[in-house]
Amino acid sequence: MLRLFPAAALFVLLAPVAAGLAGILLPAFGYLPTLGHDDVSLEPFRQLFAMPGLARSALLSFGTGLATTAIAFAVVILFVAGWRGTRLFRTLEGLVSPLLSVPHAAAAFGLLFLIAPAGFLVRLVSPELTGWERPPDLLIVQDRLGLAMSFGLIIKEIPFLLLMTLAALPQARVAEMERMTAALGYGRVVGFMHGVLPALYRQVRLAVLAVLAYATSVVDVAIILGPTTPAPLAVRVLDWRNDPDLGGHLLAGAGAVLQIGVTGAAILAWLAGERACGALARVIAKTGWRATADSWLRGLSAGLIILSAATILAGIALLGLWSIAGPWRFPDALPAAVSLATWMRVGPGLLGPLRDTLLLAVSTSFAAVALALGALEREARLGRAAAGRGLRLLYIPLLVPQVAFLFGLQILFSWLGLDGAFPAMLLSHLVFVFPYVFLSLSDPWWSWDPHYGQLTRALGHGPSFVFWRVRLPMLARPVLTAAALGFAVSIGLYLPTLLIGGGRWPTITTETLALASGGDRKIAGATALLQALLPFLGFAAAAVITSVLFRNRRALRSSG
Amino acid sequence: MTADRRPEHGLVLQDVRIRLDGELLVAIDAAVAPGETLTLMGPSGVGKSTLLAFVAGFLGSDFEATGRVALNGRDVTALPAERRGIGLLFQDALLLPHLSVGGNLLIGLRPDVRGREARHRAIEAALAEFGLHGFAARDPATLSGGQAARVALMRTLLARPEALILDEPFSRLDAGLRGQIRELVFAESRKHGLPVLLVTHDPADAEAAGGRVIELG
Repeated sequence: MLRLFPAAALFVLLAPVAAGLAGILLPAFGYLPTLGHDDVSLEPFRQLFAMPGLARSALLSFGTGLATTAIAFAVVILFVAGWRGTRLFRTLEGLVSPLLSVPHAAAAFGLLFLIAPAGFLVRLVSPELTGWERPPDLLIVQDRLGLAMSFGLIIKEIPFLLLMTLAALPQARVAEMERMTAALGYGRVVGFMHGVLPALYRQVRLAVLAVLAYATSVVDVAIILGPTTPAPLAVRVLDWRNDPDLGGHLLAGAGAVLQIGVTGAAILAWLAGERACGALARVIAKTGWRATADSWLRGLSAGLIILSAATILAGIALLGLWSIAGPWRFPDALPAAVSLATWMRVGPGLLGPLRDTLLLAVSTSFAAVALALGALEREARLGRAAAGRGLRLLYIPLLVPQVAFLFGLQILFSWLGLDGAFPAMLLSHLVFVFPYVFLSLSDPWWSWDPHYGQLTRALGHGPSFVFWRVRLPMLARPVLTAAALGFAVSIGLYLPTLLIGGGRWPTITTETLALASGGDRKIAGATALLQALLPFLGFAAAAVITSVLFRNRRALRSSG
Repeated sequence: MTADRRPEHGLVLQDVRIRLDGELLVAIDAAVAPGETLTLMGPSGVGKSTLLAFVAGFLGSDFEATGRVALNGRDVTALPAERRGIGLLFQDALLLPHLSVGGNLLIGLRPDVRGREARHRAIEAALAEFGLHGFAARDPATLSGGQAARVALMRTLLARPEALILDEPFSRLDAGLRGQIRELVFAESRKHGLPVLLVTHDPADAEAAGGRVIELG
């Protein structure tokens, strides 16, 4: 039984991606027998390249993806280099998980409410400073260059990259290296670049590439904050698929192939950039430049990271404020009254989506944790040999553009009559949830002292007893945290829910995105706030369960 | 060295050879009579822990081992750790942090003591005998080093092992406590007639154990 877990884990990671990719290649070349297309041709691609603004869409995806990843990564690295060990650093360390648990859509809505022409910042200074009595006719969000979308992406990429960097720091021998470079007279930042970054970057590289793949093919943030004339490629692919007049699945299939090309090109460009940066660092190293005047860089990185955290938090606060706002006319900075009218109005309608959201998130998270624990326990019983190899495969679903393989998967499921069925939904969520759950579980799993297991065996108990009665209870805190993380990831998933669910699985997230074009800020605020709070409740529940479980166990109650 | 001595009772390591990547790591041939202690000494990296892992049943699959481990006439070489009847003590007490002191002892107590009440009586009796009366409900994290060491020893003995393996068991205790716990461990192992395999860096441990000393490496 236990033997099957690694294979099942591999299946969850690879089968949907492989099947999904096969499922887009066929329609891309005109072959989709279920809809009566059975001649293989290049017609869908001819149609694709005839779409107006296609090059701009592709460039937009490529450019914003690369730029946001580079900026977010630079901010994170400069911040870690400049501030590790300070009180500011510890404060942000504590904020990483809550910020990370905010779904992309909720963060994007929060940002929208903050910076839009009728948003909070404009209201704050109007009409006193601006003279505006009506929202200005400015394209601050949905701007053609995708600046607002990029900002929305960056503020969500920073906590993820910071978390991955924090997790990798212990292996990079940071403290020794910092002391060494400082003793040689190097400034903090350049010393970090020479001493720590090379080892650190190897550890976080796949996570950075996953961010890049996500950013080049993002849909939810782009729908809320992105340009519309034309939209980024992934959004257009989704539109084509939903519109039979535009060519439907065949055109969307060709578009998905192009999306893979765009994401692949961005990854190649990033890898070339890596080399260039490495070469530059070697040249700088040869000059012996100490770069001790780096306080402006430290200041800049701190400013940017505080700005990004504050933006997310302020955005969530604004969602809350809108959801309880009575009349709130422009340019008033605050609503004239607070009322629960919005919640009374939307509450009943959200109960159904809430139930489906929770059902999906709880079962996906449970399945992912069970699968991860089974695979880890199997590896432990075999001796650790297999551990390193498996970790790279975890990134496969995160490196392929979601829109690309989910299309194919949806076609496959509908051919099997499974679209919208619960197992199909579970699998489509699991493929994204499992990697995060496994990554979060695997460090605490392997740092558990195996002597506890040996000792229990020596007392006459078998391996199953050790797993259920010793290792699992001792690891209850990281296991529950991993479950909460899986819950949070599932809550935030938009495309799998939309595409595989075929409209039969309205969740809080699909409801939130459906309000992007609606314009009712109060309803959008309430729905997006709910989306933001659910993951947070998951983490809170994990913390409460651990502290109740271990109320009389000092060694397990304190964190770490 | 003592290959000709093959007692029916006690722990026998016969022609034990452990290799890693074809290279010989440990070679030993020894017998430990009931109540006696065999002390293994030597610098780090000479395979002391590897040998203990082999005897206790935890040798990693990357090692190749030949030879035989017999305990009171029983060949245990092929048995899983839980069926060998060899108790372990490490340098840390390793009390399970999610269980109470009593819970830790119940995990040690043999299953043939049946019934909730009988099991709890057995635990209370053991605690009283070791001067820890009334400690059953305590959180292990609140114990002193000496108390934790005694609970660990008690837990091992409650499983009624036929031999003991001690892996630097006293090295984390401060000097005053070390002698006291050392006396207790060896007194108990003699009382129960257990053959003991001890790995240590401390010559005073070997002296207190009183048995033969093998220098490895």
